[in-house]
Amino acid sequence: MNQQGRPTTAEPVDARRETFTGNRALQIEEPLLFEIGRHDVSGVDVDAPQTKGNRLGARRRTTPIDLPALSEPEAMRHYVRLSQKNYAIDMGIFPLGSCTMKYNPRLNEAVARLPGLSDIHPLQPPASVQGALELIHELGRWLIEITGMHSVAMSPKAGAHGELCGMMAIKAALAAAGETRTKVLVPESAHGTNPATAAALGFTVVHVAESGDGTVAADDVRAALAEHEGEVAAIMLTNPNTCGIFEPDVVAIADAVHEAGGYFYCDGANLNAIMGKAKPGDLGVDAMHINLHKTFSTPHGGGGPGAGPVVLSERLAPFAPLPLVARDGDLYHLIEHASENGGQSFGRMTAFHGQMGMFVRAYAWMLSHGADGMKQASEDAVLNANYIRAGLEDVMSVSYPAHRAMHEALFDDRFLKESGISTLDFAKAMIDEGFHPMTVYFPLVVHGAMLIEPTESESRASLDLFVATLRDLVFAVKDGKTERFTEAPRFTPRRRLDETRAARQPVLKWTRPEPYRDAAE
Amino acid sequence: MAATISYTKDHEWVRIEGDTAIMGITAYAAEQLGDVVFVELPEAGKALKKGDAGAVVESVKAASDVYSPISGEVVEVNDALDASPQTVNEAPETDGWLMKLKLADAGEVDDLMDEAAYKEFVATL
Repeated sequence: MNQQGRPTTAEPVDARRETFTGNRALQIEEPLLFEIGRHDVSGVDVDAPQTKGNRLGARRRTTPIDLPALSEPEAMRHYVRLSQKNYAIDMGIFPLGSCTMKYNPRLNEAVARLPGLSDIHPLQPPASVQGALELIHELGRWLIEITGMHSVAMSPKAGAHGELCGMMAIKAALAAAGETRTKVLVPESAHGTNPATAAALGFTVVHVAESGDGTVAADDVRAALAEHEGEVAAIMLTNPNTCGIFEPDVVAIADAVHEAGGYFYCDGANLNAIMGKAKPGDLGVDAMHINLHKTFSTPHGGGGPGAGPVVLSERLAPFAPLPLVARDGDLYHLIEHASENGGQSFGRMTAFHGQMGMFVRAYAWMLSHGADGMKQASEDAVLNANYIRAGLEDVMSVSYPAHRAMHEALFDDRFLKESGISTLDFAKAMIDEGFHPMTVYFPLVVHGAMLIEPTESESRASLDLFVATLRDLVFAVKDGKTERFTEAPRFTPRRRLDETRAARQPVLKWTRPEPYRDAAE
Repeated sequence: MAATISYTKDHEWVRIEGDTAIMGITAYAAEQLGDVVFVELPEAGKALKKGDAGAVVESVKAASDVYSPISGEVVEVNDALDASPQTVNEAPETDGWLMKLKLADAGEVDDLMDEAAYKEFVATL
């Protein structure tokens, strides 16, 4: 039992023994790889390597390393069985707010597997990979056009890495101007990575409160700028923000920060709500990362490292990290050294020029949608979020009803008050209904937050089923059917995890279990 | 006579004993955080200004800075929390104390809320 009194222990083995195997039809009890692995099999048939003597001396290992070995079918079955316990965007709506889990079209995958794009190496001579360089360059041009910015750095590997890149450019620009500014303004509703990025670069984070309607007020920013006059390097603002609201004061905030000598870093995680409708460059943004896995439908995890290109304003462009892809007539080349590029680049964040597999998928998505299609994707994402909000606003608690939702709808736990059911219980009950839960307890500005982002991928039928399910759950709360929540999840292979014990007494090392003994012994 | 305890809007409590201030997080804060799994405490000798983030309390839900309600130098921290962070949940305002400070300015305490005012404040949340 954890502090909330929810059952967390696994059912005793006897209770699960309704079948001989412990399996329940397609719900297979899959042991760990170490438990099914042996030492006498191998999935590959390779000759022992010819070594010339022992070059490791006394450091040579003498005991077996005890890694499990499996034949190829055994390994394949193990991972397929594990994958069947998982939830995926290919199975249904993945409503994690702030994560933008949109469908990954198969066309992207087909293009990414073309040999000319997948079987190349970053150290190949540029003359032999002109097409790949052209693709990176073209993708960059599209990102510049979509965001209305001056230039782009393609190499950062993920959203938070992009944040780091943008803030490093700001730090470099300040240093070049001979300024030492030590503070960064971060609204309370920011992504958690924003204050972490600022702190990682040695800045002190100054929080700006949410103004009561889920937005950041220009007056609060001006007050913070006045209080820390001459010390503020930048503001890190997410727009649309994590409450799913477009910041109405964004231009006034940008002006105030610029007047105070600071830069405007925009967290571009939610670009998918405004793409084709508003250009961050027009809003006064100096640097912004773009999560290709959110707005441009490349896979989240699993598909390899991410990509977080950063678009920069003219003032920050000279400080961009290397390498950069440049076009010279019909030829493309890489700028590898600061001396080729004005000498002000802050350096290199990655060994090579970026995450090619993600670039290909994002570019395929752009080309298959076209300018009109991308604009419609934004419109549909916003429409779907508002459709969910409209379908639930009479039974759940909309946190900030004064503003229309953008790409995601934020609810809080007021509708659960006095019921004894928490946001977490409600989310776990969704698992029993076959849904991946929404984002819970984020953003921190509301109590017991539930943040739902359907994306444009969902059909009206899919949204209707989702809304109907949540309404049924709310009515179950009202009817006092608390076991649907306190006992949830009830139908999963394992019940609720004891997060507290997992954090307090983590088991970080696998130990071989006692040999299995037949009950008849 | 029990020493008076003062409270902040950020849900820290502080108890003054002579020129020493003992501080921790309130029962309300502990309840809101949920099960605490880790407490990061400052080094003894560290000088904290009122409002400085002195410690970090991490629960299954979130990691939160704990702001010092008053200015002073850290003279002792509650090392027992290393092994049993759950004390912050079980006894937030007694055994779950976080640190002791050597008071720099006794007058600062007057700016804080007393128990009645804090209770009233919590009721509005």
